[in-house]
Amino acid sequence: MFDLTGMTALVTGASGGIGSAIARGLAAQGARLAVSGSNAEKLAAFRDSLGGDHVAVPANLSDPAAVDALVPAAAEALGGRLDILVNNAGVTRDNLAMRMKDEEWQQVIQVNLEAAFRLIRAAAKPMMKQRFGRVISITSVVGQTGNPGQANYAASKAGLVGMSKALAQELASRNITVNCVAPGFIRSAMTDVLPEAQKTALLGRIPAGDLGTGEDIAAAVVYLASKEAGYVTGQTLHVNGGMAMV
Amino acid sequence: MSETADRVKKIVVEHLGVEADKVTEDASFIDDLGADSLDIVELVMAFEEEFGVEIPDDAAEKITTVKDAISYIDEHKG
Repeated sequence: MFDLTGMTALVTGASGGIGSAIARGLAAQGARLAVSGSNAEKLAAFRDSLGGDHVAVPANLSDPAAVDALVPAAAEALGGRLDILVNNAGVTRDNLAMRMKDEEWQQVIQVNLEAAFRLIRAAAKPMMKQRFGRVISITSVVGQTGNPGQANYAASKAGLVGMSKALAQELASRNITVNCVAPGFIRSAMTDVLPEAQKTALLGRIPAGDLGTGEDIAAAVVYLASKEAGYVTGQTLHVNGGMAMV
Repeated sequence: MSETADRVKKIVVEHLGVEADKVTEDASFIDDLGADSLDIVELVMAFEEEFGVEIPDDAAEKITTVKDAISYIDEHKG
């Protein structure tokens, strides 16, 4: 089950904590990857660490022209086929709403939501032709629950969920599924910077009693990317140790 | 029948899975051939690829019959 041999995938934000785990998970199931990220050097090192014939396609997702060029570049590097798109790249610009600058709002919406839309729009073309596609966007538990200081981030993540449901309906007849995976608190660069007291308080709210790992997220992505998940679309799979049950 | 018409009809038959004799020049993609809006997007993509023409959205909206497609392509192909 969940064999991805012969399938190709584009993963954004692939050199980050969760993104690299997702890339490793997809590669381990046999998919051939185009990994993307904004830091070309870090990305090349990550591609090399994967082994195999995966390709690195750097892109700055805050530049709409670069976003529009990414899917065609990745598809070409992968031999013209694109089966799986994982919108994982995300940024935070946390601030209380009353202090939030326009740029902080816009940057987060642009990278987390608008870039994802542009990438799906472009990926739908080869996927429609193939009569097969898997789109998986990494959202967040805070898109459902909200979080003070993250009006921009929560809006972008909730936006991904609504957008995915609309696209799932548009594309279902072509055997293209569009789903989200919503991590709770996962060990990553984002959670490492939290103060210890806040981490302790967080753990108290997680029935599983621990933070999640990138591998927990990767497993959910692998499932949704697989042929076996073909009847699942427009859904959000929450992977959060029980901290929010929705 | 022109060469363009032949190739357009072939694409329509393949994409919509309809009988070739139903694809008359007056046939409407949606009303007569059972296409939905996503089918139209795919047909336009297929025409663009087959004939090397670009069909912008405002032109695509006006292509509702087989004849509309043939005329647009004949006027715009290189």
